[in-house]
Amino acid sequence: MGKIKSLEELMKIKEEALKNVKMREAGKRGKIVVAMGTCGIAAGAKDTLKAVVETLDELNIDDIAVVQSGCMGLCEVEPTIEVALEGEEPIIYGRVTPENAKRIIKSHIVDGELVSDLIVKRGEV
Amino acid sequence: MPLTTNTILICAGGACVSAGEESVKDALERKLKEYNLQDIVKIVETGCMGACSLGPIMVIYPEGVYYQKLTPEVAEKIVEEHILKGRIVKSHLYKGEKGEVIPQPQEEVAFFSRQVKIATRNVGVINPLDIDEYIARDGYFALHKALKEMTPEEVIQVIKDSGLRGRGGAGFPTGLKWEFARKSPGDKKYMICNADEGDPGAFMDRSILEGDPHSIIEAMTIAGYAIGAQKGFVYVRAEYPIAIERLTEALKQAREYGFLGENILGTDFSFDIEIRIGAGAFVCGEETALMHSIEGKRGQPRVKPPFPAQKGLWGNPSNINNVETLSCVPPIIFHGPQWFKQWGTEKSPGTKVFALAGKVKNTGLVEVPMGITLRELIYEIGGGSPTGKKIKAVQTGGPSGGVIPAEYFDTPVDFESLTSLGAIIGSGGMIVLDEDDCMVDVAKFFLEFTVDESCGKCTPCREGTKKMYEILDKITNGEGTEEDLETLEQLAYIIKDSSLCGLGQTAPNPVLSTLKYYREEYLAHVREGKCPAKKCKELISYVIDPEKCVGCTACARVCPVSCISGEVRKVHTIDQEACIRCGSCIEVCRFGAISKVTPAVSVEVEE
Repeated sequence: MGKIKSLEELMKIKEEALKNVKMREAGKRGKIVVAMGTCGIAAGAKDTLKAVVETLDELNIDDIAVVQSGCMGLCEVEPTIEVALEGEEPIIYGRVTPENAKRIIKSHIVDGELVSDLIVKRGEV
Repeated sequence: MPLTTNTILICAGGACVSAGEESVKDALERKLKEYNLQDIVKIVETGCMGACSLGPIMVIYPEGVYYQKLTPEVAEKIVEEHILKGRIVKSHLYKGEKGEVIPQPQEEVAFFSRQVKIATRNVGVINPLDIDEYIARDGYFALHKALKEMTPEEVIQVIKDSGLRGRGGAGFPTGLKWEFARKSPGDKKYMICNADEGDPGAFMDRSILEGDPHSIIEAMTIAGYAIGAQKGFVYVRAEYPIAIERLTEALKQAREYGFLGENILGTDFSFDIEIRIGAGAFVCGEETALMHSIEGKRGQPRVKPPFPAQKGLWGNPSNINNVETLSCVPPIIFHGPQWFKQWGTEKSPGTKVFALAGKVKNTGLVEVPMGITLRELIYEIGGGSPTGKKIKAVQTGGPSGGVIPAEYFDTPVDFESLTSLGAIIGSGGMIVLDEDDCMVDVAKFFLEFTVDESCGKCTPCREGTKKMYEILDKITNGEGTEEDLETLEQLAYIIKDSSLCGLGQTAPNPVLSTLKYYREEYLAHVREGKCPAKKCKELISYVIDPEKCVGCTACARVCPVSCISGEVRKVHTIDQEACIRCGSCIEVCRFGAISKVTPAVSVEVEE
């Protein structure tokens, strides 16, 4: 980073840094909850979590918070994630492998299309 | 920069570091590595979050959950439970009023929600060692505005219009000070930041330097531009190593970005800042002594005028502002003077940071609008007394200040109203006193401080404060007379009128204000040999109530001088002559059988 001379350069740094700061505060548009109970972790939830974070990063999505939770009681379909967007009922997806996580984010979060073959439950747990 | 799921903000203010923040951070990092989460969970060390009595503390985002009183073990548990499984660790959540568990206190707890943060806007929120985070919160935008859109005169006008007054204690209008330095003839000028915070119990300047060093750099550069200085000095005391370390790093970053050095932001204004480390003499907070110290001379004040604005560092016009004053400057320039004036009172606009200490539940730093009442500050934000004992008074303004009794707690806190009560805002130290605090002893404590810190240059302060201290010592030992009180008062006024600098001129204040409001306590000491607060050791005795004593021997076992005798299951007695009145026995007695009495029980000499 060289010397800063203009307001535009300042603005650029501000926006870049805000992205990081924004991640601290809850996402503005919604959240993805990854179930990280012992069962979920055993089924590979850690890799799922990583995939979720990496995919959001790849697609430059910064208004979705990623949160971990405990076991949702859906052990047989772990790893599970819940996608809760502002103003929509939360959707719980099961058997979320890293590949599936990518698919869910691209389809549900970016295009607004639910991934029906993975849905295990609609609405509040 | 990969995206993160959680960000952990851990408080790395001085108090939390002392309480073991580093070991907590190490435990977090170790545990996160174990679970391979180190890339997606970010740990940020911030400045002081203000709730020092609960440290070490941390906040976990995105939820914004506050954890308090952390240990490495708890940190490991939080990683396993909270970070990994999303289960909140209840045992270490922030506990608000009545010990209720409140995961996200920012909105609900008065300690956080009543605050308005201007000077401490970034402290505890950003990573102080990351200039980008400072910029993200509008940092250096004010500098850009000042250098590229305003003339130095316009900058000064904005500060004048905002009504900002010196937060170091004197309350002198900052804009006016800048104007004097601007108009003072001379081609070499200096901008100095006074970070020699010396009041016992005040630590807001340290916390700002540790938690938001860039705000000081930006403000000094703006001030340098306004007064026409080419060089700045930050005078910090050596007792603030963390502040010095972080400020040094911040200066380096600011130079890299071109906010300091030649042709700042591409303009033809050049300015740089150097840190000067002081040896921690209280008198060096006085501006002329501070300048002598920077010049490498002995830190002693000189007669004013000439004021620093006319003849300062090495005889050149200089402008000196305190840390907290400066940290208010960038937002004022950025948002305009009217924005600042929406808080506070007409004569004291804006906010003030107070350091709450003493007999109050939430000790720490709070920034509140001026004009808030003492009652709100002590009871609503401070949470009142931790023991349920009656709060008697509050001591404000450190060794230059005075006490304010409870009956005046509805007074709004601003420069004028506290002065009219015989106290001062000072740098914002507030020590809450309850019925266990003896006012003579409080006065003695501050006098002892000024005797130690008097530089010795002028006689009234050097000799007079010592004399006053000796009289106070005599009174607390029960040997005082009523004439002593008169002498004390006389001395106080003479020292006030004839001392060279602010240290001596204000040193008698603690004595005068306690004499004004608590003369009866002084009289009880000299007339009856009583200490109403049961604090002065020479005037109290510890006695055992034979009705209540069950003979458990706990007190006898804990007594360091073995002055308690008695058999098991028999009433114990204290040998008054051997007793050193340390109070250990009261602490261990589970039956409430031991109490303090005043005046002291006279020891009967055995035949």
